[in-house]
Amino acid sequence: MKKKLTGWLVISFSALSVLLILSALVYMVADIAWQGKGALTWEFLTSAPKDGMTGGGIFPAIVGTVLLVVIMSLAGVPVGTITAIYLSEYSKRNSIFTKMIRFAVNTLAGVPSIVFGLFGLGFFVQFIGSGMDKVAGGGGALKWGQPNILWASLTMALLTIPVVIVSVEEALRSVPDDLRAGGLALGATKWQTIRKIVLPNAVSGIMTGTILAISRGAGEVAPILFTGVAYFLPKLPTSLSDQFMNIGYHIYIMATQSPDVEATKGIQYASVLVLLAVTFGMNIIAIIIRYKLRKKLNT
Amino acid sequence: MENTNFKIEVNNLNLFYGKKQALTNINIDIREKSATALIGPSGCGKSTFLRSINRMNDLIDGVRTEGTIRINGSNIFDPDTDVVDLRKKVGMIFQKSNPFPKSIFDNIAFGPRMNGVKDKKVLAELVERTLHQAALWDEVKDDLQKSGLSLSGGQQQRLCIARALAVDPEILLMDEPASALDPLSTAKIEELIFELKKNYTIVIVTHNMQQAARVSDHTAFFYIGELIEYDETKKIFTNPSKKQTEDYITGRFG
Amino acid sequence: MVTSQLNNENIAMTKNTSKKAARSKRPGELFIELGIKSVAFLSFAVIILIFVFVFRETLPIFFPDKQAPAKQEVLQSETYGGDEKTSENDKEIQNRIDASQKMETSGQNGQITLENLASKQWQPVSANPQYGLWPLFFGSLKVTLISVLIASPLAILAALFSAVFAPKKIKEIIKPAIELLASFPSVVIGFFALMTIASVSQSVFGTQFRLNAFVGGVALAIAVIPIIYTVTEDAINSVPREYMEGSLALGATKWQSGLFVILPSVTPGIFAALLLGFGRAFGETMIVLMATGNAALSSINIFEPVRTLSATIGAEMAEVVFGEKHYTVLFLIGALLFIFTFALNAIAEFWVRNKLMKRFRGEG
Repeated sequence: MKKKLTGWLVISFSALSVLLILSALVYMVADIAWQGKGALTWEFLTSAPKDGMTGGGIFPAIVGTVLLVVIMSLAGVPVGTITAIYLSEYSKRNSIFTKMIRFAVNTLAGVPSIVFGLFGLGFFVQFIGSGMDKVAGGGGALKWGQPNILWASLTMALLTIPVVIVSVEEALRSVPDDLRAGGLALGATKWQTIRKIVLPNAVSGIMTGTILAISRGAGEVAPILFTGVAYFLPKLPTSLSDQFMNIGYHIYIMATQSPDVEATKGIQYASVLVLLAVTFGMNIIAIIIRYKLRKKLNT
Repeated sequence: MENTNFKIEVNNLNLFYGKKQALTNINIDIREKSATALIGPSGCGKSTFLRSINRMNDLIDGVRTEGTIRINGSNIFDPDTDVVDLRKKVGMIFQKSNPFPKSIFDNIAFGPRMNGVKDKKVLAELVERTLHQAALWDEVKDDLQKSGLSLSGGQQQRLCIARALAVDPEILLMDEPASALDPLSTAKIEELIFELKKNYTIVIVTHNMQQAARVSDHTAFFYIGELIEYDETKKIFTNPSKKQTEDYITGRFG
Repeated sequence: MVTSQLNNENIAMTKNTSKKAARSKRPGELFIELGIKSVAFLSFAVIILIFVFVFRETLPIFFPDKQAPAKQEVLQSETYGGDEKTSENDKEIQNRIDASQKMETSGQNGQITLENLASKQWQPVSANPQYGLWPLFFGSLKVTLISVLIASPLAILAALFSAVFAPKKIKEIIKPAIELLASFPSVVIGFFALMTIASVSQSVFGTQFRLNAFVGGVALAIAVIPIIYTVTEDAINSVPREYMEGSLALGATKWQSGLFVILPSVTPGIFAALLLGFGRAFGETMIVLMATGNAALSSINIFEPVRTLSATIGAEMAEVVFGEKHYTVLFLIGALLFIFTFALNAIAEFWVRNKLMKRFRGEG
């Protein structure tokens, strides 16, 4: 009988753990949605903040975040995809080069996001940016040697490359070898086979990878803290050397430095709701795509 | 002297994988303390039938069973049968030996420990006894703490036999236990079965007809999910009643 | 004979034509392959670059020269989403920091030496700047330990449930749900901690400080659970089915098999999960910035505020002048963080994975 009791305890404790974790998830979403829905109006999404952040909306932060994510994807998705192609199609299992790359990707995935921020500052802003300014002359005027949206986006791109690689590689590996063999047997070259036969079948993986990268890029704040973001800007960024606003950063500053908590509470929750909706929504889409892909393969 | 105590009585057993019927109307009574071989071409239900006896088929999605299997008189498909208990009474040796990634000692002691045996002396005696029964003692007695996975294929299989014996079963189900082994190890296993059948009821699935002829007292011939013929081994192999049986034995198919 | 001769010629001909064709296509293919390889190499190059450029900014510590005088400002502790207790708490924290500062010697007037870095005071912005990293390291350790202690049992048991006990339909809900949890931006978790967890914690435990190591630890746990869960679940799923079958066939129950056969066989994997979770928590910035109170105190009491290494960088880098001592030390902190997480990851990757493989082959 003691055995039956122990068994029952083991299973219920593990089930309880699952429940606890899931309820934390549900509660967070519900709490934010409930407290934020009040201030979430169309006006909120389309107007700039005013009255010292106690009124208005977060439009410029949304724009800044979108721009950040777009530039980041333009840089990161191709690099991630090509690296994934290398790992899946060209790499030899035991070659040192492959091991180096895999190790590098795994390491990249584990670097704390604040260290990426430091790297962005030390490399992009101080080294490349200052270098660009020196080369362009202009008498020491600091244009590129400052934090701006370009450097912040590139920094973010580095962070999200592993995300892209994982998704794309998974999709590439799911393409059966018979297809590749078929292409080669018809006299196509390796690259032609990859481009015309393998890649089209891996499009969903590229999509998933991009979506997950965007979700990450939209939500991370540490990498952009000193590479380009600002709390309040009078106008939207018009060039790559401008600074930008960002939803996540906005939330952080408002929550920690707002002089009037009550007045901004609604706005804070609404901003969080927007960010959560975006990241959550994108992840759900990615999960659905991946689920459909797996189903297709298992039939 | 033939004993006619039936350990396992199977009545009208039908088994379905989803819509596909894998076993059709199996009726067979297996005698205790003897070895019964199940032969037949690949995929004709021998293993499926074997796995029904200790209800390992329950683990597969979409399996439906009809009919009864009585062990010691009670139907194992009864809703109030304790499946866990059943599996202690009915041990199983798999085609591919599967010792746990634990020491030889812990592999064998696993079953008794799960049943509450804690006394170190008792466990040590149990391990030694079953290793003797499995004819493995001499080869491993110097280091029982070695990992079970470090043994050779034949030794691993005998380890699994010792492990199964440690829970004190009445029946031993063997699913092609020697098919992955070299002839020398196979011979050892067959010797083992000869000894074990004096005290245990053994049901063994085998592809190797010579093995069936050597080792078993009774043989059942399965073909496409049906039991074609079941009789004393000597008779099956020298003078089978059904033509199908004869065709299989003489190698005309399968 | 004639036929075979003809055949041989045919084969020779096709060999020649295909060789020609291959040769003419080859430079293009080679070029593409080289291009792809170079892009792949970028990941490796980036790691090297991170090493180089983060360490580059720390060089002044090892090769010191004249520095600008430090600003005069008093460090306040931060308690957000505040209440009446706030100003009293601020005063108390400030007093404690000042008191312990009086007890410390600062070495040679703000020069950064190894001794100085190992001191117990972090007061970079003051008349007598202190760059002691100890309270920051202690803060990181405290919060990380709390979060891992909370997260590990939950995540491991959840993985056990999901991989062994749960019926298929439920399993298909759990895994994506935890993936969704993983997708929460840390600023959102930090916000939730700041607003809700802190209040609940204060009313349940009656703590003096609303934001403290405990609150930060709980919030971090939320961020760390998905990693520990995923790595553990992967490890459990990699256990060959035969072990489960063999165990059940011996008359063990499902939970006995899970607990006494499967789980023990993946202890290296669980260890890796804990290492990775620890690394993630140690390096996390936004959550601790928002939830731990950001005061560089080192005490055992988990209900007091702390300042972590990562939060220090995040909070102070924006205020710092390029090239000055404070800037350099912040980069040093970053470099240390990088090395620490790098080492943790390397250990988890190589040593642990090797052990797992060895165990399943019988050598472990």
